[in-house]
Amino acid sequence: MSSTHNNSGPNWKNPIVKWVDHRLPIFSFAQHSLIDYPTPRNLSYWWNYGSLLGIVLVIMIATGVFLSFNYTAHVDLAFDSVERIMRDVNYGWLIRYIHMNGASMFFLLVYIHIFRGLYYGSYKAPREILWIIGVLILLTMMATAFVGYVLPWGQMSFWGATVITNLFSVIPFVGPDIVTWLWGGFSVDNPTLNRFFSLHYLLPFVIFGLVFLHLWALHTHKSNNPLGIEAKGDKDEIPFHPYYTIKDLFGLGVFMIFFMGVVFFAPNLFGEPENYLRANPLVTPPAIVPEWYFLPYYAILRAVPDNFVDAWGLLPVIIDAKTSGVIAMFASILLLCLLPWLDRSKVRSARFRPIYKQLYWIFFADCLLLGYVGAQPAEGTMLLIGRIATFWYFFHLLILIPFVPLIEKTKDLPASISEAVLGNDEKVGEAAE
Amino acid sequence: MTDSESQENDGSPHEETRRDFLMISTVSVGAIGAGLAAWPFIDLMNPSKDVLALASTEIDLSGIEEGQSITAMWRGKPIFIRRRTDREINEAQTVKLSDLKDPETDDQRVKKGKSQWLVMVGICTHLGCIPMGNKSGQTRGEYNGWFCPCHGSHYDTSGRIRKGPAPKNFPIPPYKFLSDNTILIG
Repeated sequence: MSSTHNNSGPNWKNPIVKWVDHRLPIFSFAQHSLIDYPTPRNLSYWWNYGSLLGIVLVIMIATGVFLSFNYTAHVDLAFDSVERIMRDVNYGWLIRYIHMNGASMFFLLVYIHIFRGLYYGSYKAPREILWIIGVLILLTMMATAFVGYVLPWGQMSFWGATVITNLFSVIPFVGPDIVTWLWGGFSVDNPTLNRFFSLHYLLPFVIFGLVFLHLWALHTHKSNNPLGIEAKGDKDEIPFHPYYTIKDLFGLGVFMIFFMGVVFFAPNLFGEPENYLRANPLVTPPAIVPEWYFLPYYAILRAVPDNFVDAWGLLPVIIDAKTSGVIAMFASILLLCLLPWLDRSKVRSARFRPIYKQLYWIFFADCLLLGYVGAQPAEGTMLLIGRIATFWYFFHLLILIPFVPLIEKTKDLPASISEAVLGNDEKVGEAAE
Repeated sequence: MTDSESQENDGSPHEETRRDFLMISTVSVGAIGAGLAAWPFIDLMNPSKDVLALASTEIDLSGIEEGQSITAMWRGKPIFIRRRTDREINEAQTVKLSDLKDPETDDQRVKKGKSQWLVMVGICTHLGCIPMGNKSGQTRGEYNGWFCPCHGSHYDTSGRIRKGPAPKNFPIPPYKFLSDNTILIG
């Protein structure tokens, strides 16, 4: 099975396949990377989320293209054209609700995917580039979701666009010019809506390209697994098809029941009612809340106190609370790129790292807490909790992650995947847990 | 070709030739060309002529009572115009400059002899929301001026930032009094 090599493809029997494959080895490629592709035999359901994300990306592109057939990117028509999609276009309500909730599903899945990687050390050598491309995909997803949310031109669309584009004004010297450039004017207006529509169409294809690189990097060193040890040959691995294609399909079935359940029975669960009001440049809604998947970053943005960096008044012009908040928010994501170098423990999986395992769950709870705080007004106790949670986020990544390996006594790793999972084999080894 | 190749294969040190110059010039011309070609694509996104051709706005102030505000539009932005009460003017003038995050006296923020009229771009200098307090009945924050609901910035009766994440006072747009009751913004 894993004997098939890149240049010595399978010996095709079908003459047409053989003819094509000799000129464009597309069948060999598919055989190699989808069917024979050797995969650790012990992958759990936490490994379903990658393929689910791929499927949701396709769903988003498909529904998005069909919505664009009926959407008009003009400030006078955008809101009404979305309402027309809901009322007059055949199944327009369905396609729109799938696209709308699809974004939420996309982020829900990607967060699970990321936390899987964090728990099992999937970012560690030799998968650093795989991880970094993943962070870039996350950033592109956020940009795409943001410009997409602007398109219906509701109140949240307009004010979210205003707030987020204003983040760029903190860049020293050229910030205000960049904001004017992003807007194409002096406020968020028709030129802004126009270009956001164009970018919202373009960016998913950028994501597609990044996903291709992500998979290329993955297939170069193959999947990690719950034990975090490398597969050492045939006994540790099974071909992707049919074993994992069927497992992924089963996961897809369960996911679609949940996804369609939301679409049909609670389509506005994740949304903000305020966005069913037409955008009004003169009235800011009393409570501006971003979509749920941006809440933790929003909490970090608001948490940085006034004199955090500038406590001694040394940098009065460049660094104020606004600037440091924006820096902290972007750092909270970009810092993840450095994770492979911050975590120097040689053991990948948290299963064998008793201290890291506890810290992981604290960090997970901390991220949920940040999300909760992001939805509350930034005042009083909530502000204090937000600050502590923000502090912990960076403390975990910058201090705990690098220094825990120095004191942590890891458990013994099994000799191989097969030894760990085939407990009743002739050669019974020490099972993992 | 073969000469230079055999020379390099000798392992003899590479001498600078006129071909190196040609190489550098060609790459430079290419880079300049690419830069020039990129600029129109970048500049296309800057404000277009119709957006730039924004007429100034004339506003009649006669209908505004003392203690009342109106919101006007200028360049797609809301302009707060408030006819301040004596108490508000007094509050604004008695603040110590050292208490301010973005120090500016009240006199610097109004026209001479017209300290009753406060004209500002009504956009929170944090991330661009429209603060509350310009309409009657809205919360006016801890300094009796304006309060931004987005991230909790408080402004005083001179529109100066007093508390919260916003770094600056409300900007004052360019404007002048045409008569006692009309102003021209822009």
